[in-house]
Amino acid sequence: MAARERTGFVVYGLLLAVGIASIFPLYWSFVVSSKDNSALGETTPPLLPGGNLLENVGKVFETVDFWLAMQNSLIVAGTVTVSNVLLSSMAGFAFARLRFPGRDSLFLVVIGTAMVPAQLGVIPLYLVVGELGWYGRLEAVIVPGLIGAFSVFWMRQACEEAIPSELLDAGRVDGCSTARLFWSVAMPAIRPQAAVLAMLTFMTAWNDFFWPLIVLDPNEHPTVQVALSRLASGYFTDYSLMLTAATLGVLPVIVLFILLARKVVDGVMRGALRG
Amino acid sequence: MRRTGERLAGYLMTAPFYVLFGVFGLFPLLYTAWVALHHWHLINGDTGFTGLGNFAVLLQDAHFYNALFNTVSIFVLSTVPQLLAALGLAALLDRPLRARTLWRASVLLPNVVSVVAVALVFSQLFAEDYGVVNWALGLVGLDPVDWRSDRFASHVAVSVMVMWRWTGYNALLYLAAMQSVPQERYDAAMLDGASRWRTFWSITVPAIRPTIAFTVVVSTIGGLQLFAEPQLFDDTGTNGTGGADRQFQTLAMYLYEKGFGEFDAGYAAAIAWLLFLFSAGFALFNFSLVRRMRGGE
Repeated sequence: MAARERTGFVVYGLLLAVGIASIFPLYWSFVVSSKDNSALGETTPPLLPGGNLLENVGKVFETVDFWLAMQNSLIVAGTVTVSNVLLSSMAGFAFARLRFPGRDSLFLVVIGTAMVPAQLGVIPLYLVVGELGWYGRLEAVIVPGLIGAFSVFWMRQACEEAIPSELLDAGRVDGCSTARLFWSVAMPAIRPQAAVLAMLTFMTAWNDFFWPLIVLDPNEHPTVQVALSRLASGYFTDYSLMLTAATLGVLPVIVLFILLARKVVDGVMRGALRG
Repeated sequence: MRRTGERLAGYLMTAPFYVLFGVFGLFPLLYTAWVALHHWHLINGDTGFTGLGNFAVLLQDAHFYNALFNTVSIFVLSTVPQLLAALGLAALLDRPLRARTLWRASVLLPNVVSVVAVALVFSQLFAEDYGVVNWALGLVGLDPVDWRSDRFASHVAVSVMVMWRWTGYNALLYLAAMQSVPQERYDAAMLDGASRWRTFWSITVPAIRPTIAFTVVVSTIGGLQLFAEPQLFDDTGTNGTGGADRQFQTLAMYLYEKGFGEFDAGYAAAIAWLLFLFSAGFALFNFSLVRRMRGGE
């Protein structure tokens, strides 16, 4: 028993070390955000917060239109999230619970393409978006993200596991239309999985970088990530400003994460959230 | 009557998916092949069929091989230690713990931080003169490292960012798999007097091998697409060259440089295809490697 307790101590010690390593870069980013830029030039790096936070936040909003960027990110991530949940619940329900010719092969296409790197299609996607006249506009980021293979896969899984067959059959016997079955029987049953998908989708959309960087104009309509990359691109060398912006950009997702930590963890443990 | 209704509903409910996915997902994937066979200016469009011309040039392009080498080097440096660390971390999290969710959440936290923020913060941590990393090295009596200009050091720095963001995530995947290993196997091992270490390698690891294979494949595909971390690590700007001597330019950055910096869409599409072939081949190779590990059940 005594030996067991000692092991416990070592385990907690190791976990604590990992926890500190997880948090330190974020903490340090916050420390720098609260300092004057000159503090970074000292031989001993600052490890405790200073009193310049508000001033730096003010400077971020002066230097780039960070409100606009935040607003854009919110519009993009919000729309993409709502749409993914709705559309993929519908598709997932159909793939899991309805019978129609071609269903299985169509679903195989979904799985297959989910494994292909998005970068493979980025040049033609740019051409498609150009044909539609969407360069530099939020539509370019929103519309291609309205639904994804991963979301469909996730909701199909949910529909297979969480909807009792008896309930569907009973509904059918009572003469419910398929739309009615979906809305009144399936949706309530898969709500928890839909909530997890919503969180994961929001975080992924908020953090997306490669495609927004290509198709959005950093001066016109940037998302937060694109605005951040502009702050880092050598036009500015004020590091405390840069990390203040980084801290601000991370904040919404961190808050969401802290509020819903248990659900996010459960979602990931079910094999979700791709990179 | 019901059958027809169900069919119709099936098509209607999946229609938004077909349309959106077809136009913005599948079509671009296929169309890349067509673009790759042409001289194609990103803005001016198709300027002539060249067949495999782009690929022929690409296979003689020193910058391409440089980017390929960097990508594989960073991939290996980040993935191997990362997955081993994740395995160890999962074993720790698998013990009966107080405040279980707190520990799990704290290891997952880095994963929800955007790559851009990660790259910005780590770029400062790895700064040559005043960075925290070099300061810490100084505390233990080591010389400061020039993390940006040295090829190997820059690969290590970028790998650390990748590891920081993904180790906890993979640990949770392993943890989930570990928790479904039947208890009887552990009881049997205990009866045989196997040590904790022995039990871990002979029972736990083989039992979760499918999950390990999955993480290896996903890390391979993700690792070969690496873009934001090295791109933002370059303090000379975001043109995508990855340092003055391209010492940390990855394939995805080269694709970006060619396609969106020089507007050579045909060439960039060819890079995209080779990138895809490499990741598919590499993923398959790694997958079979993992499957063959420990004799194959």
